[in-house]
Amino acid sequence: MNQPLGDFPGGLKLRGHKKRSTQTPIRKTPLSRHLILPLQQHIGAAAVPVVEVGEKVLKGQRIARADGHVSVCLHAPSSGTVVAINEQPIPHPSGLSAPCVTIETDGEDQWIARHPVDNFRAISPHEIRQIIRDAGIVGLGGAGFPSFIKLNPGVHHTVDTLLLNGAECEPYISCDDMLMRERADGILDGVEIMQHALRAREVILAIEDNKAEAISAMKLALAARPHLTETRIVVIPTRYPTGGEKQIIQVVTGKEVPSNGLPIDIGIVSHNMGTAYAVGRAINHGEPLISRIVTVTGTDVTHAGNFETLFGTPISELLAFVETRREPDEPFILGGPMMGFNLSGDNLPVTKTANCILVGVEDAAPKTEPLPCIRCGDCASVCPASLLPQQLYWHSRAKDFDQTRDYNLFDCIECGCCDYVCPSKIPLVSYFRFAKTEIMNQERERKKSDLARERFETRQARMEREQREKEERQRQRKAALAASKAKKEKEAAAETTAADDKEN
Amino acid sequence: MLTAIIALTLLALLLGLLLGFASVKFKVEGDPIVEQIDKLLPQTQCGQCSFAGCRPYAEAIAAGEVDINRCPPGGESTIQALADLLDVEPKPLDEECGVEKPKMLAVIDEERCIGCTLCIQACPVDAILGAAKHMHTVIADECTGCELCVEPCPVDCIDMVEMAQNPNTWRWPDPSHLQLERGGQA
Repeated sequence: MNQPLGDFPGGLKLRGHKKRSTQTPIRKTPLSRHLILPLQQHIGAAAVPVVEVGEKVLKGQRIARADGHVSVCLHAPSSGTVVAINEQPIPHPSGLSAPCVTIETDGEDQWIARHPVDNFRAISPHEIRQIIRDAGIVGLGGAGFPSFIKLNPGVHHTVDTLLLNGAECEPYISCDDMLMRERADGILDGVEIMQHALRAREVILAIEDNKAEAISAMKLALAARPHLTETRIVVIPTRYPTGGEKQIIQVVTGKEVPSNGLPIDIGIVSHNMGTAYAVGRAINHGEPLISRIVTVTGTDVTHAGNFETLFGTPISELLAFVETRREPDEPFILGGPMMGFNLSGDNLPVTKTANCILVGVEDAAPKTEPLPCIRCGDCASVCPASLLPQQLYWHSRAKDFDQTRDYNLFDCIECGCCDYVCPSKIPLVSYFRFAKTEIMNQERERKKSDLARERFETRQARMEREQREKEERQRQRKAALAASKAKKEKEAAAETTAADDKEN
Repeated sequence: MLTAIIALTLLALLLGLLLGFASVKFKVEGDPIVEQIDKLLPQTQCGQCSFAGCRPYAEAIAAGEVDINRCPPGGESTIQALADLLDVEPKPLDEECGVEKPKMLAVIDEERCIGCTLCIQACPVDAILGAAKHMHTVIADECTGCELCVEPCPVDCIDMVEMAQNPNTWRWPDPSHLQLERGGQA
């Protein structure tokens, strides 16, 4: 039962800074007048709106449908009227805009008819996945990958272990911690459904040892469900970045996910605790994903805590609610201090992937001009993916992207450990992000140019064929003309001969 | 003496046969240089290099008839890649051919289009859709931004617009240019 824990290379012991946001229970963010809902809050194709401007919508009503396989639906988080479907600034490091549906709420918060499933064991895993997809559920840990895909093992794989990720290793963030403390039962509802959908042999709930209250709450909830014999809680040491999918699998099972592979390749599927809770709400209560728990914390926040926030709520309103010392338009961090990114702009909405809003970081590194790399190698010793950040840095900087690929750039999880330890304060992760998007762009360009070449060649071939056909037709016409001419001449000649014969 | 000669002759014959067989059986279709050059060109088919498309230019480069710096859409990175491939010194872009511009997209003002089909005939990649006396439109995903459709239009209804970035195609900036603006990392 108690198999020894595994380990991953590198990593860091960081100060948690979590006390600040775990002193108060989860509170609800007040309903905002306007909710701005980006159509793409997940990895994959953007959803397609199914409502029109001026249309009345109810809370939980579908406002956009999934487009293609890797996509999910989007729902109205509260009742009101659709006032705009247009481009709006979204919380993205680019600061660009994207298509959004804006709803003006009416304050009634009136639900649409909900259809809970009475007994999820009576319906097939396929139906469960369909409900989860229609409920718009994506991974709430941060990446936002559509959950129904991760609940489909496919025909070639069997799932040995369903791993629930309750590590939440990044400093300041505490939304999963609070969720486990307060809604352990709801999480287990979702876990049972997930296990049923995946037909997983065992379930492991992995929680870091700095969350004692969450562990006891989960243990209590689990003890109340004696039928879950193959579900257990594993307490893992607190270390950054244990919460990374590949890292937590290594810690809990000792197995390593292959490079370019997925956890399912080694019989493991991992989901976030928040996602499990959302799955439980969707199946047992018929509620689509319309809100999430967001940690709002930082040294400049007066009433830090965790807030159940409807999607589309402007972050500025959330910040006003908790009272901050932030000036308007001053940047804040979306995500944690290690992996998050700076955002500014006040009208950005809370989306499905927004786990934490951080205003003011204690012992933040002063912004200094980076010094030259001294090749100390500290970055390599903390890298949890066993990469060589120093080599990747040289090649990214020289824009030698083929080399960065050879050094497995795409195995980098952008955890920021290398940045943290670099004595020269080189923004290594920024270089890796730059190189990754450049490579992806090159790939897109290459695909586009291949398509253009193909189309050009097809057109050339078609034009040549048309030319040939034209020539052929001309030749045929000429031949026909010549033939008829010859025939006429022959007839004329025959006539003259006949006439001559008669004369003779 | 004789045994040695016979043995060596036999050995030579045997190995010769083996090599001959191997050269036929395991013949490697070498990637011809034209293909390799063509792969590096952006396939805009714009003709700014004075050749009728990317492939003819690739053929001319392979024959050593022209320089490698005549492709404005490819710009510096293409010249660099060609220089690496052909092992020659990279040169700055030949200004006679044009200047490097951001990626463009042709957009037809559908109000003004008279449906003359001249742009359809000019498009090297069949990216314009329409029929005689009917409005034409550009298939944005297929347009290479070559500008060849702009000139033939009798009513001047085609505009070249810069391709807008969206969050999915956005690229992180090069940190070596803006190291002081870094943020988010504590």
